[in-house]
Amino acid sequence: MMHLTNPLLLAVILINFFTLGSARLGACIRGVALQGALLALLPLLIHGFSGHAILLALGAFCLKGVLIPWMLLRAIREVRIRREVEPLIGFVPTLIFGALTTSGAFLFADFLPLVHEHREGLFVPTALATMFAGFLLLITRRKAITQVLGYLMLENGIFIIGVLLSEALPLMVEAGVLLDLLVGVFVMGIVMHQINREFTSLSTQRLSALKE
Amino acid sequence: MIFGLILHLALLLIFAPLLTGIISKTKALFGGRVGAPLLQPYFDLVRLWRKGFVFSRTTTWVFLAGPVVGLVVPLLAALLIPFGALPAPLSFQGDLILFVYLFGLSRFFTASAALDTGSSFEGMGAVREVTFSCLAEPTVLFALLVLARLSDGLSLNSLLGPHLLGAWHSEAGASLGLILVCLFVVLLVENSRIPFDDPTTHLELTMVHEVMVLDHSGPALGMILYGAALKMMVLAALLVRLALPWQTDWWLTDAGLFLAGLVGVAILIGVVESTMARLRLPRVPQVLIGTSLLSIFALVLVLR
Amino acid sequence: MLELLVIFPLIVAAVSVPVSNYQVRSWLLPFGSGVHLLLSILLCRGYFPEINRWIGLDALSRLVLIVTSLLFFSCALYAVAYLNLRRDRGNRVMVPCLLVFLSAMTLATVARHLGLMWMAVEATTISSAPLIYYNRNRLSLEATWKYLLICSVGIALAMLGMLFVAYAALGGGAPVSLQFDLLLGGATTLSKPWLHAGFVFLLIGFGTKMGLAPLHTWKPDAYGEAPGLVGALLAGGLTSVAFLAILRGVQLMTAAGDGDMARQALLGMGLLSLLLASVFMVRQQDIKRMLAYSSVEHMGLLAIGVGIGGMATFGAMLHLINNALTKGGLFLAAGNIQRAFASKRLSEVRGALKALPVSGPLFLAGFLAITGSPPFGPFLSEFTILRGTFISGHMLLGMLILIFLSIVFIGMGATVLAATQGEPEQKDSGFKDHFLLYFSPLVLLLLILLIGVYIPASLQNALQQAADLLEVRP
Repeated sequence: MMHLTNPLLLAVILINFFTLGSARLGACIRGVALQGALLALLPLLIHGFSGHAILLALGAFCLKGVLIPWMLLRAIREVRIRREVEPLIGFVPTLIFGALTTSGAFLFADFLPLVHEHREGLFVPTALATMFAGFLLLITRRKAITQVLGYLMLENGIFIIGVLLSEALPLMVEAGVLLDLLVGVFVMGIVMHQINREFTSLSTQRLSALKE
Repeated sequence: MIFGLILHLALLLIFAPLLTGIISKTKALFGGRVGAPLLQPYFDLVRLWRKGFVFSRTTTWVFLAGPVVGLVVPLLAALLIPFGALPAPLSFQGDLILFVYLFGLSRFFTASAALDTGSSFEGMGAVREVTFSCLAEPTVLFALLVLARLSDGLSLNSLLGPHLLGAWHSEAGASLGLILVCLFVVLLVENSRIPFDDPTTHLELTMVHEVMVLDHSGPALGMILYGAALKMMVLAALLVRLALPWQTDWWLTDAGLFLAGLVGVAILIGVVESTMARLRLPRVPQVLIGTSLLSIFALVLVLR
Repeated sequence: MLELLVIFPLIVAAVSVPVSNYQVRSWLLPFGSGVHLLLSILLCRGYFPEINRWIGLDALSRLVLIVTSLLFFSCALYAVAYLNLRRDRGNRVMVPCLLVFLSAMTLATVARHLGLMWMAVEATTISSAPLIYYNRNRLSLEATWKYLLICSVGIALAMLGMLFVAYAALGGGAPVSLQFDLLLGGATTLSKPWLHAGFVFLLIGFGTKMGLAPLHTWKPDAYGEAPGLVGALLAGGLTSVAFLAILRGVQLMTAAGDGDMARQALLGMGLLSLLLASVFMVRQQDIKRMLAYSSVEHMGLLAIGVGIGGMATFGAMLHLINNALTKGGLFLAAGNIQRAFASKRLSEVRGALKALPVSGPLFLAGFLAITGSPPFGPFLSEFTILRGTFISGHMLLGMLILIFLSIVFIGMGATVLAATQGEPEQKDSGFKDHFLLYFSPLVLLLLILLIGVYIPASLQNALQQAADLLEVRP
């Protein structure tokens, strides 16, 4: 089933661009959710239907594809914030940055001393590109919730590399990592709720009282 | 040779309006309506052709040239592009540049005809249309460059040759997937479909393409509608060949596959139109720049 | 037994949630951490020796375990009295979170699998976020958000570094595992470029958590806005755990024969930390933010100590203990001062010596200790690090360290003296020095004094073993 991985990773890259260019908060969340769900299929495609792969895929799908997006969607519904993404720099510059970093990731991946079986596929460049896109989202967006999305995207990128190395990460550790992610986003959700209550806005630009 | 030419033109002239019909039918089904019959575009064309010309006294010959060029250009372009596995009747090195800029020519005349009326609304529409097309152009060019890199020629016939099937299974499959998405977006933009433009809107302020042809009536409007249908089919042919690169050795099955692909594209457009809202005007350039970047990225992928 | 050490605080945390009595819940803290401390001491004395694939104790983790456990126990004692003062805020969140935090720190310390360690460190971030938000105002909210986001992203990068280390094993043909002993055993076969990249990302990731410059930006905010006892635990406990995680990377690099590169990186970051901390500490108007920058400074010293190697590594190990205990005492005393003056800014805090007859002097003594004045412990460890620096021939580096340390002393001294000397404004905040409130910082500072004058042979041995783990092996 290896031949299905390339279209899948391509879709992941497309979602990166979609999320960077999207002005709708809901659409961004769904984009990241879809990305997580697609990536959850990756262990099955690479390692076949072994017990480890199935459990990992199931766990990742439930958490990244369903539970976390549901929490975030609920959060934006509850706090009734403006459902628009507020970028610090415009969408077009972000997209251009995204394209540059993605191309850079592909060029850079060629120089990496990868083992033979990873040299062909899109794994490593996609992972790098997704991490960069996550960083861009973290840096260039004003709302707390988009920063969480950037963090999730970063995790998605790392997840791709993690899948390649799943023999190094036993199931217990994978489960712990996913659980950490879930609880982390949950706590972030609570803090976001408080930010909104305290400042009547989710913009992190209000969070600038503490400085030298 | 002659048979190929006739078959090509016959396919184009006969089936082009059907696509519009399929789109409206799909939208009607999504809306829970019965909708107009599939052949409604043909009826419309016949009805318009029976009417007489009406010209405003302030217009010149340019006003009529718009619709005529709009009809002729897709016909010429159709001769350059293979319909599925049926090769293009006209082919030479570098015809892809001609293919892209033929549409530029038709746009020039449509916009000129719109400006010729002296109406401010039509001028506004012309500005928007030209802006969008100008932003869509790099995407097409880069997409064609990707195809040129994968083939060994510079004519559309060799670009869309039988090697595509192999290319999909190789490393380049990723790039092909990207440009397929990009070209679909270009198809939507060039044919003024939702989410970039709304062909059924009745409010001049929100119109882009429609407002430009507001003053045309009778056979001239018929030519415009027919020309638009031809253009959609020609651009869709590019997409269909890219997505379905299979080849049978019998012309009938080839044509059948091609038509099936076209119907698929039309249904897809209908689905997109039914499920998406129209984008705000400032967002359109952003999307187009996004697709340009994607196609550049696809080019980087095949170049590396 | 080691599992129990991790699980026991969790059990107590679970018990504390349904408990309805305020006092009982508060006292669960010293109970849980007291048992934890007892167990830790027994384990470190070599009772129940055991080691398995997942968790185990070596000289380094023994050191960190004892320090964090001791610090946590004293903070827990303090917490009982502190929580009594803050009945309005409650302890329903504080107590379980603190205990989960303890459990996560312990797990991170004893983990023998890098993945497990990562998981535990991330768990410390999550469980400490509610602690920083304890005061529930805009400032603490801002601090919490920054802490949560910066540390989560940092830790995500550490994950990437870990995966790179695993990839190094894959590329080198070694068995692909993140089990630490397996990695150490096959270190020479690891693929070099991936190992280097992995170490850099581990350093960035856990360095964020530890607060090494330039990744320290969350630190002043979080330490400044968190309650004093949380600041003590973060500055003394969590940083030591994060440092241990970095040291694992150093061990790996050393085993692979690239220890020098790792040391260079540590030296660079350590020196930058010293520089930035000393710049920001001059004319600092906020006593807790000042302590946060002091923490950055000492993280820098730890990094430099390990970066120099040899005798300085031993000094760094000793400094780990000194820093944790002194910072603990300082933050607790600063917390008392903040409660008494209802502020932590120099504009309102004045004459702490007179207003608080015990906590005030303790704060002053803590300042003297942390800046490396004899006869306290940090003097000894900083002196050892400096001696190591000069002996190994890093003259310029040694001079720079000395200059930065004196800037820190002057800057910190100005702030501390302004806060402690003079006449307090007549303002009754209803706060009195309470025995339980000054007992913990007092004990911590006495311990530091003890280390300053006399290091028992067993401690000396433990430190030497820990330092040996980091030294170049043939």
